[in-house]
Parts: sequence; C-alpha cells; structure tokens
Amino acid sequence: MPISYYLILAFTLFTIGVVGVLVRRNAIIVFMSIELMLNAVNLLLVAFSKMHHAGVYAANKASTVGTDAQLFVFFIMVVAAVEVSVGLAIIVMLYRNTHSVDINFLNRLKN
Amino acid sequence: MNTLVYLIPLFPVIGFLILGLGRKSLSKTLTIFLGCGTIFTSFIISVVLFLNVKNHGAMDVHSLFTFIQSGTLKIDFAFQVDQLSSLFLLIITGVGFLIHLYSSAYMHEENAEHFARYFAYLNLFIFSMLLLVLGANYVIMFIGWEGVGLCSYLLIGYWFKNDNYNYAAKKAFIMNRIGDLGFLLAVFWLVNKLGTVSYSEVFATAHQLSTFDVTAITMLLFVGAMGKSAQIPLYTWLPDAMAGPTPVSALIHAATMVTAGIYMIARSNVLYNMSEFTMHVVAIIGLATALFSATIAIKQNDIKKVLAYSTVSQLGYMFLGLGVGAYTGAVFHVMTHAFFKALLFLAAGSVIHALHHEQDIRNMGGLKKKLPITHLTFLLGCIAISGIPPLSGFFSKDEILAAAYAHNPIYWVLAVVGAAMTAFYMFRLYATTFLGTYRGNSEQASHINESPKSMTIPLIVLAILSVVGGLVGVPEILGGNHQLHHFLSSVLVSEKTHHMPHNTEWMLMGISVTIAVIAILFAVNKFSKKPELNDAEGLGKILSNKWYVDELYDKFIVHPLNNIAVFFKNVIEKSGIDAAVNGVGKFVLYGSRQIRLIQTGQVGTYILLMVLAFVLMVLIWINDGYIYRFITNLF
Repeated sequence: MPISYYLILAFTLFTIGVVGVLVRRNAIIVFMSIELMLNAVNLLLVAFSKMHHAGVYAANKASTVGTDAQLFVFFIMVVAAVEVSVGLAIIVMLYRNTHSVDINFLNRLKN
Repeated sequence: MNTLVYLIPLFPVIGFLILGLGRKSLSKTLTIFLGCGTIFTSFIISVVLFLNVKNHGAMDVHSLFTFIQSGTLKIDFAFQVDQLSSLFLLIITGVGFLIHLYSSAYMHEENAEHFARYFAYLNLFIFSMLLLVLGANYVIMFIGWEGVGLCSYLLIGYWFKNDNYNYAAKKAFIMNRIGDLGFLLAVFWLVNKLGTVSYSEVFATAHQLSTFDVTAITMLLFVGAMGKSAQIPLYTWLPDAMAGPTPVSALIHAATMVTAGIYMIARSNVLYNMSEFTMHVVAIIGLATALFSATIAIKQNDIKKVLAYSTVSQLGYMFLGLGVGAYTGAVFHVMTHAFFKALLFLAAGSVIHALHHEQDIRNMGGLKKKLPITHLTFLLGCIAISGIPPLSGFFSKDEILAAAYAHNPIYWVLAVVGAAMTAFYMFRLYATTFLGTYRGNSEQASHINESPKSMTIPLIVLAILSVVGGLVGVPEILGGNHQLHHFLSSVLVSEKTHHMPHNTEWMLMGISVTIAVIAILFAVNKFSKKPELNDAEGLGKILSNKWYVDELYDKFIVHPLNNIAVFFKNVIEKSGIDAAVNGVGKFVLYGSRQIRLIQTGQVGTYILLMVLAFVLMVLIWINDGYIYRFITNLF
C-alpha cells in the first residue's frame, strides 16, 4: 500500500483533532481531540518506520534499521495514558466544583 | 638667571589659587598682601631678567615639558626670553603691581569674599598675560590669549548682580571669541604648512610658504588681533567693558591685554613683512580705527567712555605703526601708552571714588582744588597722550607719524588729524572735569576728599613714568640714539628703516605739535567756562551715539542671529527633533496598545493563532517547493 494513504489518513486525523480542540468547548471532547492528534502522529511514525525498514529487511532479515520510530510510538502511548489519567482527574474535579465541563469556565481560575 | 623665568608666571598662579580657594576665610589685609606681593615678586624677577637680557642680549628658550606630541608635530611648553618678551614682562608686572596696589584701596568697600575674588581674577589675568608674552610658540601664546579673554570676561562681569554688566561681559567674550577663531585657524594653517608652531622654527622656515599662505596666515592672525585689540569691526566690546571696576579698565582694557594683538604682530614681524597685502590692511584698519573712535570720543560724557574710545584710537595708531613697518614705534607706543593710559584710568578712578561712583563729567567740574594730586597726574597724562614734547607720548607717536609719512603722506595727514582730535577730546575731558566750577550741590561738594595714599602713590609713579618714559626712545634728530630701537633690533628684524632729510623731520614734528597745542588751547578755552551740559544735536548726536554702530550690529547681526535661534528653537527643535523623539515613543505606545488586544487570556485564541501560524509556515514551505520536492522525492 503506498505510503501516501497513511499520510492522508494521518493528516485527516490530525486536522480533525485540531479543529476539535479549536471549536469544541466540552473538555472531554477537547481531550479526545488531543488523543486523536497524538494517534495521528503515532500512525505517521509507524508508517515511516515500516517504509524505512522494508528495504533493509529484504536484504538482511536480522537488521533492525528503521525500527526506532516504533519504539517512540510506545513511549508516546505510555505518556498519553499518563496524561489521560491526570487530565481526566482534573476534569472530574472541575465538574465537581462547577457542575460543568465547559473549558471557558477555566478562566475563572485566576480568582 | 634666565632659567628662573618660570618663576615669573608661577607666583601669580599661586596667588590666584590661594586667593580663589581661600576667599571665604582670608582677611582683607592678607588678601592685599598675597595679591600684591605675588605680583611684586614677579616684578623683581622680571627686572633682574630684563637687566640680564639687556647686558648679555642672548635669546634663549626654556622648555619645561612636552605639551603636545603627535606624529612629527611636537609642541613644547616653552618660554622664550628675549628683548621683546622681557620688555613686556616689565610693563605687565610693573603696571600690574601698581594697579594691584591701587585696587587695594579702590575696592576696599567690597566684602572680604568678593575682595579676594577680585584679586584672584587679577592674579589669574597677570598669569595669563605672562604666558601670552613668554610663550615660545603660538600654542602657548594661545593659552595666554584665551586666558586673558576669560579674565576680562570675569572682571567685566565682576559685579554680576547687574544684568547690564553681565551683558557687557558676554559681549566682550563673544567678540574676542570671533577673533580667537581667526588666531586658531592661523595656527592650524601653520601646522599644516610648516609642521611647527615655535617662533624660531616658523620664522626660519617661513620662506617656504607661498604668498597666498603667508597672506592667509597673517590675515587670520590679524583677525585675532582685531578682536583682542579692539579694532574695526570688532571694537565695540571695549567701551562696554568699562562696566568693570576702574582699575580693571586700567590694567586690562588699556595697559596690557588690549596690546596683546600688537605684541603678537610685532612678534610675527617676519611673517607680516612677507605679505604686502596684509601690511596695507593692518595700516588702513589701524588708521580708520584711530580716526573713527577719536570722533566718537569727542562727544562722550562718561569719563571712562572717553578714555575707552581714546584707548581704541591709540591702539589704532599702534596698528598703523605696525602696518607701515615701524614695529619699534608700535612697541614703543604700547609702552608709553601703558603708562599714561593706566595713569588716566586710575586718575579717573580716583575722581569716581571721590565723587562716590559718579561717572558723568557733566556733573563734575572744578575738581582742581579738591583733588590736587589726581588733578596734576591727570593733567600730565593728558599732555602725554596729546603728544607734547618732552613727555613720553610725543616720542612714540612721533615715531609712528614719521614712519607713516615715509610710507604714504596721506596716512600722515589723517594721523595728524586724529592726533589733533586726541588732544581736543582729552582736554575737553580735563577741562570739563577739573576746571570751571563744581556742578553738584554744596552738600556733595563737602564730601569730596583726595584719595588715600595707596591710590595716589601709583598715580604719582605712573605720572613720572609718563613724563620720562619717552626718553628710552629719543630719535637721533633730537640728539638721542633711540636705545629702545637698538635694544629690540634683534627681535624686530623686519623693521623698515626710513631716512628722511632732517628738515622734513623737523617740519613734521613742528606741524603735529603745533596742531596739538592749538587743539588743546581751543578745548581748554571752550570747555572750562562753558562745558557742554545739554544733549548734543546734529552731527554731535550721531557722535555721542557712537555712529550708531552698536545699533547697526544689533540690527544686522545680533537680531538676525537671535531670529535664527528662535527659528531653530521653535521649528527645528520642537517640531523636528522633539517631534521625532516623542514620535518614536508615541508610536511604540500606540503599537503596543494595539498588539495587547491579541492577548485575550482565552486559551482557544492562542491555539487558533498557533495553528494559523503553523499553517502559514507550511504554506511558505510549499511555496518554496520544499515540501513538494520532499514528498515527490520520497515516492
């Protein structure tokens, strides 16, 4: 499958994520959009990694060249999981205090 | 002995420092002791030095240290002791000491602090003047030249609470500065063309200069002399300088500082002799000044103003002498003029002192009996300046007149007319002041007393000098051998000697003396009985208003300059420079106020901006074809 497919998919996901962050006010939806962007990047990393590795693998089955990006993906997934747990906790606390998950309420924090 | 030359300016500068710094704590007695003592010490050393030069005659230069060293140009802080400078040393310290002594009584009503300030300035003046005449190069001379200008400013504005006096001080300083610029340019020109400023080297290499260079240098130096020695067109400051205390007028504005220009030209006689054109200009300006200011002096009613214009006129004679190559005559006249003009000013000061600061001669009259010593000395001064033999003024003026005749008989005719006017206005002044009857009321008359001894002694000494001072320069025709001429001959090498038949010389002398005597008799006769008490009319009004030269300068120079200054202040400064500076500030303020609106505090806006900026960057890359090429290369 040509890599342009992956690229287009990743761009689309990323754009959906960006637009979601920009236009939605519901904190949970914004959060999900951020996850979407992270995963779009993950997808790109995996796609490029695979593309790089494919040529070298044909010559040398033992080679690991081009696989580092796949390791990064795991890092990102771990970090994202941590971030999600913290972020969701914040949202829960926010809801407890304000009975709303509208991010525009956050500007009241300064008082 | 000549190695002690540096002591001569050292004492006055020490006096200046002590008096200037300690003026708040010194008593008047101590001030007098320090002020007069330092000058007297310098005078003693000057006498010894003079005798040494007279007997051994060698010129020598004493370098104290290197003042400026830049590339091949080396300027030493050096003193030159020769016949000319030692003669001037005597005049400056001698007359200077007498005037210091006189001041100690004249200024006694000032409080102690200002009294010490006065003597500090006076000592600084003597120091600067000594530097001026002792310097072995034009730069040291320039230091003194500027120094005397500064002291002149300080002393004219000595009573600084009076605005008019301050104005006069500023006028003197600015006029002098115009001249100084010429002097400075001449020095630069010399450095450029010859690479040296020391007298001996300049005069030795002067023949390398082109005619144009030498004319430009001498003309620029003469501009300096015009300012310092009050010649047309820069003379108007000198009469206004009478705002200072009278002893200052005697010392600075009659005897010493104003003769600096003559000293400088006499010193540079080698250069001047190379330029016919400059010599003509010097002679013509000198003659014009002599005549012009003599006409003004005829109608002045302020005792000091008459003497001031008389000074300008006598300086004009000196320049005439320089211009026709009679350098000795000019220096001789500087010397005799220093005696009789200092005498006249001090005697006038004595009158002013006795009359409690009355300076208008219309309110005087009949002071002959009340002030006998002042009267007698003033009379001797008047006779001396009028050129009656055998007083000093006769010999020096006659020498200049004879040289003028040898150069061009028309100069002589005009100069004799000027001499007649001199005799006339001096005796108008004398008759109005001392003869006739006193024109104040009897109560004022009872307060008039002769001045104290410390004022009359300098008067007597100067009167004796005015009478016998001319004997050092008795010409051959009268049986003398002109000692001054022989004395100065090694310095004034370019002296133009003129030989006339004895008959002609007798005739010239006879005519000038006769005319002067007639003018004197006429003036005494006219003014002792009926002095001019009313304001003058017709031509007299023009003369008493000084030909309206001050008004002319005001209208054509001062006012336009002021207007330009106002224009610069209002337009260039306020709407140009200020507007630019303020504009930058305002623009930044306005700009930041606008940009601040972007920061809303909403996270959404920031993200939006971030994304937009990112998209923009991507678009730029694409336009460069970078991403496009990257992607196409990829596949």
